[in-house]
Amino acid sequence: MSAASTPSMHMAGGTDRLYARRRITNAVATSFAVATALAGLFFLGWILWTLVSRAVAGLDWQLFTGMTPPPMQEGGLLNAFFGSAVMCALAIAIGTPLGMAAGTWLSEYGHARKAAMVVRFVNDILLSAPSIVLGLFVYSLVVMGSGGRFSALAGAIALAFIVLPVVVRTTDEMLRLVPVQMREAALSLGVPQWKVTVQVLYRSAAGGIVTGILLALARISGETAPLLFTAFGNQYWNANLLEPMASVPVVIYQYAGSPYESWQQLAWAGAFVLTSFVLLCSLAARAIFLRKRISQ
Amino acid sequence: MSIDTARAAHVARGLRDTRNDRLFRRVLAATVVCVLLALSGAVLSMLWGGRDALASQSLDFFLTADWNPVEDRYGALAPIAGTLVTATIAMLLAVPVSFGIAFFLTEVAPRWLRGPFGTAIELLAAIPSIIYGMWGLFVLVPVMTEHVTPWLNDHLGGIPGIGMLFRGPPLGIGLLTAGLVLAVMVVPFISSVMREVFLAVPALLKESAYALGATRWEVVRDVVLPYTRHAVIGGIFLGLGRALGETMAVAFVVGNSVRLTPSLLEPGTTIAALIANDFGEATETYRSALLLLGFVLFVVTFVVLAIARLLLLRLSRREGTA
Amino acid sequence: MTGLPPGSPMNDSIALTMQHAPAATRRRNLAGEMPGKIVVDGLDFHYGGFHALKGIRLAIPERRVTALIGPSGCGKSTLLRVFNRIYALYPGLKARGRVLLDGEDILSPRYPINRLRSKVGMVFQKPVPFPMSVYENVAYAIRHHEKLPRSRLDERVEQALRQAALWDEVKDKLRHSALGLSGGQQQRLCIARAVALRPDVLLLDEPTSALDPVSTSRIEQLIDELRNQYTIVIVTHNMQQAARVSDYTAFMYLGELVEHGPTSVIFSKPSRRQTEDYITGRFG
Repeated sequence: MSAASTPSMHMAGGTDRLYARRRITNAVATSFAVATALAGLFFLGWILWTLVSRAVAGLDWQLFTGMTPPPMQEGGLLNAFFGSAVMCALAIAIGTPLGMAAGTWLSEYGHARKAAMVVRFVNDILLSAPSIVLGLFVYSLVVMGSGGRFSALAGAIALAFIVLPVVVRTTDEMLRLVPVQMREAALSLGVPQWKVTVQVLYRSAAGGIVTGILLALARISGETAPLLFTAFGNQYWNANLLEPMASVPVVIYQYAGSPYESWQQLAWAGAFVLTSFVLLCSLAARAIFLRKRISQ
Repeated sequence: MSIDTARAAHVARGLRDTRNDRLFRRVLAATVVCVLLALSGAVLSMLWGGRDALASQSLDFFLTADWNPVEDRYGALAPIAGTLVTATIAMLLAVPVSFGIAFFLTEVAPRWLRGPFGTAIELLAAIPSIIYGMWGLFVLVPVMTEHVTPWLNDHLGGIPGIGMLFRGPPLGIGLLTAGLVLAVMVVPFISSVMREVFLAVPALLKESAYALGATRWEVVRDVVLPYTRHAVIGGIFLGLGRALGETMAVAFVVGNSVRLTPSLLEPGTTIAALIANDFGEATETYRSALLLLGFVLFVVTFVVLAIARLLLLRLSRREGTA
Repeated sequence: MTGLPPGSPMNDSIALTMQHAPAATRRRNLAGEMPGKIVVDGLDFHYGGFHALKGIRLAIPERRVTALIGPSGCGKSTLLRVFNRIYALYPGLKARGRVLLDGEDILSPRYPINRLRSKVGMVFQKPVPFPMSVYENVAYAIRHHEKLPRSRLDERVEQALRQAALWDEVKDKLRHSALGLSGGQQQRLCIARAVALRPDVLLLDEPTSALDPVSTSRIEQLIDELRNQYTIVIVTHNMQQAARVSDYTAFMYLGELVEHGPTSVIFSKPSRRQTEDYITGRFG
């Protein structure tokens, strides 16, 4: 409190009220923050609990050995797991080298030039674009272009469109993080720029880039919409890339929205496996990234 | 090796290195060009695919709600309106909640809690949207049917004017439910962006404010938010872009009825849900209409995302990281 | 060149005489007769619109340690980085004039840059070991320039590490990541990396400013051990270090070379007022 004099005595009463008002406002805001945090945890728990409790009954060996069955029959999701694995692997195989090349160009040769800014902007848009739009892109380009044939390859390309911007951005940012002295030190040894980039810079940025790839994998394994009009779906086992292929998210979509209980059960079981995979990838990505950070 | 052969070898190696450097640079640049070309090709071919529908419907496509594939009439006002309505509901709910969570994570939570809790939120963001859709259908819809919809009908349905929004059958599906599921899905995303943005405020600024006796809320209101306001809005726009284009979280619970209705409790549809549901069995003309609809969605989300990126760029410029 | 063997005491007094000779004579003598591994003949350097180096004329004697000192922003690092043309990495940086290394102008586009880089090595302020093993760090450049059988490569790596006074500390850890070394060890590794190519000149850009005092004195000791084999140019903002370590000192201010001569002379009887002010700490 202030020293004893009339104006400040008058102020003291007012100041008390002011402090009280500020404390109350702060308390309200803080409680709101805590409430939202609790709500977030609540929904996370609710969703995960729903997933686990409904999937439990369907988690048996048949899930991994049987094919997708007709309605009201027992079966598994083997062809869907296979299809997802193949298409995701192919998408990563297509998207990673292209993404790394573009990201390298942005970091090492594009710098802050106008062209580089445009490319980064387009990349960012692509990164957040709705996946259904990307699926339609590939439909127009690849499926319509090949006479209306749905195929696993088209599906992989659609997923690659999702992987690409993630890898571009990760590569760009990770390479930019490498200190300029490292480039100068390598170049001052007379080593040409391309070798420096591939042998020194990539090694230095490797942890971050792998993290980006893992996160992209986590994302594409759960994507449904782009596959709906590219890989379509397949009731039977198919290993031919030029034919429609089943995938876990599409099967879940089909089965969960159906009125058949056996199908719904399979959908939940599949959803559980899918979510576990996605969470595992995300956790692995964080673990690598954090370890890399610490070692530096 | 004599001096001359050594020097000659040196020069030869130098020439080879320069050639390889040039080749490397060209290959990288070519990749960038190819990707840009593929992208433009994709956008253009989508527009090309939708040209039939555009030719036959022209402006009616956007302004009428008469969607009749059987008779080749495509007025897309219903899905367009549905997209906007569900996204608005989602944002109205998600923005304050995301802000609360970001505030919690950066200022309120004790330090030992911030890491694990942040991870929990990011895990929520990683869950595929189809899971949200399934949860919405099997868990939220019954709750809506039994508790929420009757309550809304009884308490808000009678109010003149906005009461229209809340009068509807106790089905549990519809635009409101879709908006809710969308909100739950978008919250982790927006709160992550906000948290990152809040963390970018220099500690010195916040510490000065605290040293002056500011409360936590005041620091956020008077220091953090003004500093980050462009980026916060950018993050909100990013979330909006997500909400506009989201398919699976919405497709299960929106009702899939291509009808324009004033009530939030009635079934409706969004652009993404409509395309997802109908594309597989559509005829050629129908597909053309759906492609055009997809193009509309692309344009809308492009604009929203462009605004978001430009706003976020302003914050990173300020920090000097752009 | 004077025709005298490098390191001869007469060269020192010639340098001194040059310093005090009338300007006309100095200029005439410099281009043709100045002894020096590196001879800077009228160098101007610009970045963006900024005129960073103004008409520098300097001779760096062979197999001696020359220190470049001066306050921040005087251009000493800029000058150093001209000697291996590392500035060519960045657009907008331009050098005009002549810089002669063993009589050849290294600024000429005809001078192959990889030859320059194998004759001139550089160590930076921040130790930047490559993300590889200790062995690989040192072998990296050798592998690029020469095709050596494994045994010869091993020898060269050991030689370089011994020269950098690091061999004893790392000989059991050759396959371990270089990132596990301490700061001082990492900097010595960078020195080993630079000497692995057997350059003629070593450029050291504030090599100890990021290190603790113990590592610093270790590196200064190292410079002392290396001085008879390499022409060393060291940029330092630490005057005492310059006084300890160098044979010749060049004082720069605002992009100009103010004074140049034997260290003992510069630090005891500088002939320019500015030099004296800087050395006595009146500004800097």
